[in-house]
Amino acid sequence: MSIRHGLLALLERGQMYGYQLRAAFEESTGSTWPLNIGQVYTTLSRLERDGLVRPLPESEAGQRPYEITDAGRADLALWFATPISRTDRPRDELAIKLALALTTPGVDVRSVVQAQRSATMRALQELTRLKYGSDRPEDLPWRLVLDSMVFQAEAEVRWLDHCETSLVRHRPSVPPPSAPGPRAAPDAARWADEEARR
Amino acid sequence: MSGSDDAVLELRAVQRTHGAGPAAVHALRGVSLVVRPGELVAVMGPSGSGKSTLLALAGGLDRPTDGEVLIEGQPLGALDRRGLAQLRRRRIGYIFQQLNLLGSLSAVENVALPLELDGTGGRRARSLAMAALTEVGLPALGDRFPDQLSGGQQQRVAIARALVGERRLVLADEPTGALDSQTGEAVLHLLRRRIDAGAAGVLVTHEARHAGWADRVVFLRDGVLVDTTAPLGSVEQLLSGSDR
Repeated sequence: MSIRHGLLALLERGQMYGYQLRAAFEESTGSTWPLNIGQVYTTLSRLERDGLVRPLPESEAGQRPYEITDAGRADLALWFATPISRTDRPRDELAIKLALALTTPGVDVRSVVQAQRSATMRALQELTRLKYGSDRPEDLPWRLVLDSMVFQAEAEVRWLDHCETSLVRHRPSVPPPSAPGPRAAPDAARWADEEARR
Repeated sequence: MSGSDDAVLELRAVQRTHGAGPAAVHALRGVSLVVRPGELVAVMGPSGSGKSTLLALAGGLDRPTDGEVLIEGQPLGALDRRGLAQLRRRRIGYIFQQLNLLGSLSAVENVALPLELDGTGGRRARSLAMAALTEVGLPALGDRFPDQLSGGQQQRVAIARALVGERRLVLADEPTGALDSQTGEAVLHLLRRRIDAGAAGVLVTHEARHAGWADRVVFLRDGVLVDTTAPLGSVEQLLSGSDR
């Protein structure tokens, strides 16, 4: 998502000046996406340049509110109507890291998996704690943002579990130096068991 | 011998082996764990890692091959069958995926049953059971029978039964079972609330989202604790103390 569409969505509620926009943005994302005031003004001036918002006269306190234009509303409606493409998201560093760990000599892949799982679990605990503390009806938008992060973290842990299971079943083509000796049974399950206990 | 500090549950180098000789299965190999009041510990790990064995030992439903299990400082090994059964009824609440509600008893009778078995008078047991049903949000459904309740409501009755009276230790094995995500979340919310009120809990789960409700998550692999986590803040300290 772009900050630009976030600001347009907020202005659709009514005119606002910079600091109000920043506060409203952080409120609706539960401060999970902190925004500095510089980003707000830079984005506003680009939106103004593109004709999507227009500045209104300054208030007595010297604050200049902005309002959304018809072109801005159309742009916002298009954004809501268009699914977010997965290819627009950054590449998953973790997946690449694990793939490389598997093929890099001297890396204990299981430790990499476990370290990541612990870190993700901690994040999940933190997110759950935030959720537990926000059960007022007006907290719903924030709870949904938190839920999204909770589900993503959960998916990551599940994937890591899957990686670990696959590692147990994975028979390297060249046995590592610490591999079990002649006791390793041909039966895959027995082998996995030995491997897991190593 | 008394347990460590104010621990509600303590496992000391607990081992559990099924069978003997080459066919022996080492379900747990020296697990130590302390759970204090107000603390919910989640146990995660792949199938066969020893999660359910750990819970059975913690609840006095099974005895360790070696090591010791203490509940509120009381070593379970020192109790005879009767003493153990009494401690289980008074001190421990169990929430299993299989609810084990008795179909011929109403919701409130199901919840009151462990108290009555333990000698609490009928009227008092019923009033404590109603309080527990109210706590889980079912104050009006006490007279219904299990087959007149939805899956989520039945699960709440099972939780009320686990929480009724003075239970200090709540043991849960995949307690959200086949419930939908909202109902499952409500169940964990209830569990969390009781823990926050001073109980101690152990939650066995393979769902990371559920383990997120815990103060600490421990990972079991092949009967050994391999890691432990807490929410950000005290993490470094906990990790440096783990046995990795």
